[in-house]
Amino acid sequence: MNTRITLATAGRVLTQLRHDHRTIALLLVVPCVLLALLSWIFDDQPAVFDRIGPLLLAIFPLVVMFIVTSVAMLRERTSGTLERLLAMPLNKLDLLLGYALAFGVLAVLQSGIASAVSLWLLDLDIAGSTGWLLVTALLAALLGTALGLLASAFAQTEFQAVQFMPAFVLPQLLLCGLFVPRDAMQSVLAAISDVLPLSYAVDAMAEVAGNPGLTGAAGRDFAVLAAFIVGALALGAATLRRRTA
Amino acid sequence: MPAAIDIDGLTVHRGGNLVLDAVSCQVAAGSVTGLLGPSGSGKSTLIRSVVGVQRIISGTVTVLGQPAGSKPLRSRVGYVTQAPSVYADLSVRENLRYFAAVVGAAAGEVDRVISAVGLTDKTGALVARLSGGQRTRVSLAAALLGTPQVLVLDEPTVGLDPVLRRDLWEMFHGLANAGTTLLVSSHVMDEADRCTALLLLREGRVLAADSPAAIRRRTGTDDLESAFLALIDAEQVGSR
Repeated sequence: MNTRITLATAGRVLTQLRHDHRTIALLLVVPCVLLALLSWIFDDQPAVFDRIGPLLLAIFPLVVMFIVTSVAMLRERTSGTLERLLAMPLNKLDLLLGYALAFGVLAVLQSGIASAVSLWLLDLDIAGSTGWLLVTALLAALLGTALGLLASAFAQTEFQAVQFMPAFVLPQLLLCGLFVPRDAMQSVLAAISDVLPLSYAVDAMAEVAGNPGLTGAAGRDFAVLAAFIVGALALGAATLRRRTA
Repeated sequence: MPAAIDIDGLTVHRGGNLVLDAVSCQVAAGSVTGLLGPSGSGKSTLIRSVVGVQRIISGTVTVLGQPAGSKPLRSRVGYVTQAPSVYADLSVRENLRYFAAVVGAAAGEVDRVISAVGLTDKTGALVARLSGGQRTRVSLAAALLGTPQVLVLDEPTVGLDPVLRRDLWEMFHGLANAGTTLLVSSHVMDEADRCTALLLLREGRVLAADSPAAIRRRTGTDDLESAFLALIDAEQVGSR
């Protein structure tokens, strides 16, 4: 691993985004608009918004970073820049961590704005601390990035990469406990939910939003999320082949 | 001259087809070796094998005494892919700054390579807004960073205007005089005369490997296009 290359890669990815004002605006504004919409829908049931609002603060970064990363990495593969980089003195991990770092920065910005809007403008009421809320959102974003890097290996076109969102993310969304609490699900569904990474991001968010300090359950969820992130990055590294057919 | 690149019995399949058939050839250190052949003859595959990004079936490729693609070679071999492999959504300077950081080149290198490919007036422009030829030059500039000992260029002059092509060939010879070894592929025969040595490739096999003058002498022709045809005819007669 080489810190100089990792940092240069993160800087390069952020510079690419900086040139794309519309994407930046969409990344930062859309979550706020959706949260505002949600709070409006549950205008007369503030307790429901207080339960679902924080969960969305974990779901948005994961979903958004998954799509953005999988498309960005696919471009890297199809444009020949990946081949060029792999012929240069670059470690695969430098590239993956560079991406993770860049999208992590973006996720903190995105979650920071969305949390600020939720807490101060939309009167979201949580018992937990904003700091842990942001940590959870960051972990969810890193998980989305790691899964997106991995998914890009299985897409040949950008059309396919975008379709991975409904294919891999929507089932997780249905089973993560947002619609039906995970412990109230049928045993088969609960078992599937237990192996899906988004479930742990949502569980962790429910824990940190509902409790003033860091609970043991939240700590366990963080550990599971970290394991998923490391596992997805390792698998992603394995899909980056220096020699291709 | 010792060989900077030594290829021995290289066989490559792509998508079920035999693309390189037991190719053996050498590229002399400090030469500007042209890899010529029609489209589909295996030029890009040979180049990818030299850089070490091609999966090969059998044979060996040795560059500067090391197996192609091995770690110590990655900062000593510059590679330009056929399609310009740079980031369209970054400016010329931003692209080169990034690649300079990856190869560990000094900060001043970025300006040097930009002026070497004649893009000084486009440094701040987004690559997406450049013409095809300008993008090719950004891609070439990235390969020049850090002054690699071996430069492997896949059709670097396609679509460039004649003046620029001449300038680039002059630059290639300047680099070779300074000790760099260049392997340059092209499907345009009139570029063959600009090389100090030629590898003529056809249907995955080496048809001839010699200097342009020697190839002309051997085939009794004046231009390399006719020489190439004479070699193909001779081979077909020989195999009958």
